Amino acid sequence: MSLSKVPLEKNQSPGETMQVVVFFLAGAEYAVEIKQVEEINRLLNITRVPHAPSYIEGVINLRGNIIPVINLHKKFNLSGQEFDPQTRIIVLKINDLNAAIIVDRVSEVIYLEVDHIVADTQFFSPINAEVIEGMVKREDRLIIVLDLLKLLNKEIN
Amino acid sequence: MELDMNKYLDVFLEESREHIRTLNSRLLQLEKNPQETSGLNEIFRSAHTLKGMSSTMGFIALADLTHHMENLLAELKEGKMQVTSRAIDILFACIDRLQIMIDDIAGGKKPHEDNADLIHALETIRSAQAETAAGTTQHAEAVVLTVDDAPDTRAHGMIYNDYDITILKEALSRGFNVQYLNIGVAPNSMMKAVRVFMVFKALEESGEVIKTNPSAQELDEGKFDDQFELIYICEGDLTKALARINQISEVKLLGNHAVDPSELTVTEPVIKAGPQSSAGAAEVKKNEPDMVAPVRHTVRVDIEKLDLLMNLVGELVMHKGRLEQIGVLYKMEELNNAIEQIDRITSDLQSVVMKVRMVPIEQVFNRFPRMVRDLAKELDKEVDFYMEGKETELDRTVIDEIGDPLLHLLRNAIDHGLELPQQRLSLQKKRQGQLYLRARHEGNHVFIEVEDDGAGINPDKVRERAIESGLLGIREAEQLSDEEIIKLVFESGFSTAEVVTDISGRGVGMDVVKSKIEALSGEIIVNSKPGYGSLFKIKLPLTLAIIQAMMVTVQSETYAIPLTSVDETTMISARDIKVIQGQEFITLRGSILPLLRLNRLVELPETDQTTDEIYVVVVHKGSKQVGLVVDTLIGQQEIVIKSLGKILDGIPGIAGAIIARDGSVCLILDVATLF
Repeated sequence: MSLSKVPLEKNQSPGETMQVVVFFLAGAEYAVEIKQVEEINRLLNITRVPHAPSYIEGVINLRGNIIPVINLHKKFNLSGQEFDPQTRIIVLKINDLNAAIIVDRVSEVIYLEVDHIVADTQFFSPINAEVIEGMVKREDRLIIVLDLLKLLNKEIN
Repeated sequence: MELDMNKYLDVFLEESREHIRTLNSRLLQLEKNPQETSGLNEIFRSAHTLKGMSSTMGFIALADLTHHMENLLAELKEGKMQVTSRAIDILFACIDRLQIMIDDIAGGKKPHEDNADLIHALETIRSAQAETAAGTTQHAEAVVLTVDDAPDTRAHGMIYNDYDITILKEALSRGFNVQYLNIGVAPNSMMKAVRVFMVFKALEESGEVIKTNPSAQELDEGKFDDQFELIYICEGDLTKALARINQISEVKLLGNHAVDPSELTVTEPVIKAGPQSSAGAAEVKKNEPDMVAPVRHTVRVDIEKLDLLMNLVGELVMHKGRLEQIGVLYKMEELNNAIEQIDRITSDLQSVVMKVRMVPIEQVFNRFPRMVRDLAKELDKEVDFYMEGKETELDRTVIDEIGDPLLHLLRNAIDHGLELPQQRLSLQKKRQGQLYLRARHEGNHVFIEVEDDGAGINPDKVRERAIESGLLGIREAEQLSDEEIIKLVFESGFSTAEVVTDISGRGVGMDVVKSKIEALSGEIIVNSKPGYGSLFKIKLPLTLAIIQAMMVTVQSETYAIPLTSVDETTMISARDIKVIQGQEFITLRGSILPLLRLNRLVELPETDQTTDEIYVVVVHKGSKQVGLVVDTLIGQQEIVIKSLGKILDGIPGIAGAIIARDGSVCLILDVATLF
């Protein structure tokens, strides 16, 4: 897997870059800034929390800390998800907030040029536009960059 | 001079709050006993210290107000003025203002500055009473340097080691000016460490301090009497540096001379305890006999760090459990022995961490005497207020939460419990209402009591009110005993305007008090006898971080139920269950107990397993008892509560989580919100 294939389509001089973790959800590619990621883990033993919203899969114990796990399939009404050996949880730490998301597969860690992220959310997106920071076209791939701080903040309110 | 005051701000805030507490409590004593003026010395000293600290820190308004307070206090102290209730009122008002200003400073705001009203009041009362005011202002100028100009030849306790001597000789050989300086600080100077800091700063503009006596660390902590010595190396002329020192207020250069190379011999440390230095120290102590309170060494620690420590200890315990399993699995005796040691250490560690989180309830209690006094005065009542067991320790988290409920109970007692003096006399009671606040340990709990000898709660009025508000039917109300009726004051919606005059407070009901205490896993009960007063008894767990819990399972899930909610556990037969209108019941020792299936409460599907033996955990929510049907009882366990975090905060029925021995997460049920 190539790490930093900086596309030089528009700018000859490389601009500000950001490192992201790319993952799959229901066939589409998403990215989250690596600064927001604490770690990537195999699916741990999840304890269900009764009366929690349905997309909260439960809580896990991560080295003595209790962390809620959000099922993005359910959160964004994506097609059903089956946990398989490729399923991962991405543990996020944004400001003081700790939470984890379940993803189908983590594919790679790459550098994106910030200039290349198009903040246009008019394009078709299977998920709620509010938590999308923008999208990036790379060759024939389309990567949707998420702003998960917004997602978590919405959970608190 | 630019000086980084932030370093000292915390110290300043902490110390000034301490002085405000002293002022408040001593002034209350004085008010009770105006003839007993010995307390005035301490009041005066606290005010004086506050003034000194404030001006050092540059809080002029604070210093100014305390300065005027001091003037009044000086006259009271010297008997030039009588201690009147007017004077005390004004002083209390000043203390309140100081508190506001200090809170402002703590909050990063510019402190309240306009104190002209209070200063005017202070001056008026002074000029009204004291014609002999001449000379008293001198007192305000007490912050003058009174250190005797000690002769330069005074033997000094500078002790050199080999290293120092090498440096000094090197400096001398290079032609640097090596000076011995003896610097005096006014003995009554506040925050000596700041003075030292300023001296060092002044010197280090053009040279270097290479050695001090006492040590730099002791100086930094203000641990010296009225002077200190240092060796200073600079290039060329000293005069500028010395002039800078003499510009610092409350600091004076007592003497200086060039260091004579012949002085430079290694001195044996024994000399430190020699007659010269110790005699000097003793002298100082004699002058200020009451200043030598034993210094307690404390560190202020962020509560989050303690939580983290607690988490780590919890994890250690968990991993110890895994080691134990390995030891058993492979039958390794040596490992088991080692684990036993670790076991002891971890449980000690756990209890130490718990103790670190404990603080005396004094912190909460201390604000009450003032409140009681003010409220009594406002209501024209006379109150003798007693506090017992201030040293009782409670977990920090409980301390933070318990203040408001107690405040409310005390207000109630004064406002509605205690009668007016005339009324009391006609009832053959002591003129002063007796109000008690007590705290004590009992086993794993702390009991706090608020007792008054006032009018008590009138059950008939409560009964009336309960019927009016529809809380009880007429027949029901009449069947209940007086004791049961009195408990109704804790029901929500009970305290409305009409009852307020009799039992409840100002808009905040007793139900709030009760729910707050229950939120702390505590209980509150009331005993009251009309005409004789009321006793409110609060029972609190020592800590909220570790609790006893009953572990149960339902299907594949394990839950913890806090033992404070559990009355008993029992096993019943399926045939004993009766169904009335879809609700399951059993009869337990003659009384009807509604049953709730835990699997339904935690949204688990029904199973069609049929066993005849059914486990029931009898829990209570307020006065209501319910039997929770569970699959199995694991037993009682001490658990460390963890929060589910912001995202899952406030989910009904769940109070938090614990990490089980195997590392999985189990949820703690919150009985109060479960059903």
